[in-house]
Amino acid sequence: MESQPILERLEILADAAKYDASCASSGTSSRNSLGSKGIGSTEGMGICHAYAPDGRCISLLKILLTNHCVFDCHYCINRKSSNVRRARFTPQEVADLTLSFYRRNYIEGLFLSSGIVKSSNRTMEQLIEAARILREEHDFRGYIHLKTIPEADPELVHQAGLYADRVSINVELPTDSGLTRLAPDKNARQIEGAMGRTKDDIAEASDAKRKFRHAPRFAPAGQSTQMIVGADAATDADIVGKASRLYGSFGLRRIYYSAFSPIPDASAVLPLKRPPLIREHRLYQSDWLMRFYGYKPAEVMQAAGVDGMLPLDIDPKLAWALKFRDRFPLDVNRAAREDLLRVPGLGVGAVDRILAARRHRTLRLDDVARLTQSIAKVRPFLCTVDWRPTTLTDRADLRALLAPKQEQLELFAA
Amino acid sequence: MSPLRHIEPDTCYLVHLPEPDDFDAWRERARTLIQCGVPPDRIVWTAPGGAGDLFAQGDPRLPVPDPEAPPVRASRRFVELARNAMLHTDAERFALLYRALWRLQANPRVMEDKADLDIRRIEELDKAVRRDSHKMHAFVRFRRVESDEEENGEHYVAWFEPEHHILRANAGFFVRRFANMKWSILTPRGSLHWDGETLEEGPPAQRADAPTGDPMEDLWRTYYASIFNPARLKVGAMLKEMPRKYWKNMPEAALIPELIAGAQKRELQMVAEGALETEDRPETLKAVDKAIHQCRRCRSAASTTRR
Ligand code: SF4
Repeated sequence: MESQPILERLEILADAAKYDASCASSGTSSRNSLGSKGIGSTEGMGICHAYAPDGRCISLLKILLTNHCVFDCHYCINRKSSNVRRARFTPQEVADLTLSFYRRNYIEGLFLSSGIVKSSNRTMEQLIEAARILREEHDFRGYIHLKTIPEADPELVHQAGLYADRVSINVELPTDSGLTRLAPDKNARQIEGAMGRTKDDIAEASDAKRKFRHAPRFAPAGQSTQMIVGADAATDADIVGKASRLYGSFGLRRIYYSAFSPIPDASAVLPLKRPPLIREHRLYQSDWLMRFYGYKPAEVMQAAGVDGMLPLDIDPKLAWALKFRDRFPLDVNRAAREDLLRVPGLGVGAVDRILAARRHRTLRLDDVARLTQSIAKVRPFLCTVDWRPTTLTDRADLRALLAPKQEQLELFAA
Repeated sequence: MSPLRHIEPDTCYLVHLPEPDDFDAWRERARTLIQCGVPPDRIVWTAPGGAGDLFAQGDPRLPVPDPEAPPVRASRRFVELARNAMLHTDAERFALLYRALWRLQANPRVMEDKADLDIRRIEELDKAVRRDSHKMHAFVRFRRVESDEEENGEHYVAWFEPEHHILRANAGFFVRRFANMKWSILTPRGSLHWDGETLEEGPPAQRADAPTGDPMEDLWRTYYASIFNPARLKVGAMLKEMPRKYWKNMPEAALIPELIAGAQKRELQMVAEGALETEDRPETLKAVDKAIHQCRRCRSAASTTRR
């Protein structure tokens, strides 16, 4: 049946997988192959084995089992009505390819998803089979990420979690109306139902693991999801709101944003323009603000304009600080950690270095310069014993002063 | 620090370490020297392979501490940092670490002062070594060679060029990951061989000792080229994480120039197409005729003989 050479199929099925932004391989349980018959290890930190010229990390063999699909999601290059070249792998071929790459230290493991062939259940079974061969026949201890299909039987989705480190279910679009319009075969309630069950399975397994050391693992690296940005009319505020609801309800590890790329052979329902790549970047930054900097979703939304969009020329943290200038400048020698985290240009690492250093000395501007990336950026928001930005935060042109120069933002504007 | 009776006040010591990455040897000597109250500026440290001070003068015999001398103390954070920073190729590292350890005896909290210059330097060394180790985990590429001696005759061999003395310290990572594989990692600073049970160290190797290819690399290159999204070229971001110095030992890196060139060409094409849309409508028949003949906006036009 597979008359196409494997090289050609790999080309098609990797190409089709590149619209999935995730390539993470971190945060799973620690394990190695010492004293086993198998191969592989995971030691907390994920490893990027290569970088492509698009700057993205290549950590996993990220492929589709097949790009045949019976669904017709408008934004997807694999949809039924698209006339791309089609190909398929057998689960055995996927397992063999993963092992061959892994042994040569090209990858951390496998990220497998698939178009839907025959039925959702049939497809899910095939995905699971590839993971089963790796785990059971080869005692593969590397990383496996399986994309699960929300329409499949819950029992199958559960099985996927028993083999995988991470499972993901894409919510695809930030609004239900967007989903109905652009992915007519998908259903928001079904997607969230599957995410809810996965959350429960993960919680249950980690609970059992605490009581019994040999309890089966279930997706120890948690679940994640992906949202396409710019294919529908959702604003950044809508997206941030949706994201915080998803983090809250489903205990997601990560939400990936994927700027809609105009695809070859596009459907007429789609916008012709693609969103600026920088928009995706701003959304990731707002995501970080919520996860690591203590911003509430409503606060991130305060950084957006009246149209609900985050500024593209400056990052959301700076946008927020410029709106709330009365909270600055902060005294570096006294301010609380959570306040320092709000200073544009100060990362978590820099804040912690400041806290450690100020226990030993009263910090001067020079000291701060040594502890941070760019003193010019943070200076307007801080005072030290020898520095006070008397009028800087009042300057009307502060935004212009701090906004990065436009040209390196992206290669060509939408 | 009370001076001890049998230390001559102005003796210089020449301390030679057996290996450039031997933390335990350094620790043992540093402990003795501190117990004898030898200040940092009276020690010259050397190790094989390092650009040590060839003309250094000093007494190669270590002093003997007073049995009553107080024990030397160090925070766990110092030991952790020092063990790793020791792997750096900076010839000053032994002296730097000794100075920090010396200062630590008087002020046990030196390590916490992130604005202190010595501590910052140690952290820089540590960071550079960690990065080098991390890149080794990432960028080592094994090539399979058939070896006929055993039934399971596969041997995976890699050639790698680390920047620092990290080879031995990172053996564990590869042993744990490829426990049942027979593998060797060859480097200009030494080599490692794992046969599935024991790890052996070998002498420095040369690139010519390693295999030159592996049929699987064609598939890997195909994957690398296909997973790349030419619509999002970000060469700077790639170079930051995968600097050019690593490329020569990574089979996929040979494709990078053509992938970039292809993406740039594609970009120019899109910009050109976008520009066409905003052009004014032709007003005369002659202008229409000219425009039609220049149009390259769809595939069929692009593949005609006029190309
Ligand atoms: S289900 Fe939709 S998104 Fe998934 S492969 Fe099919 S068409 Fe694409």
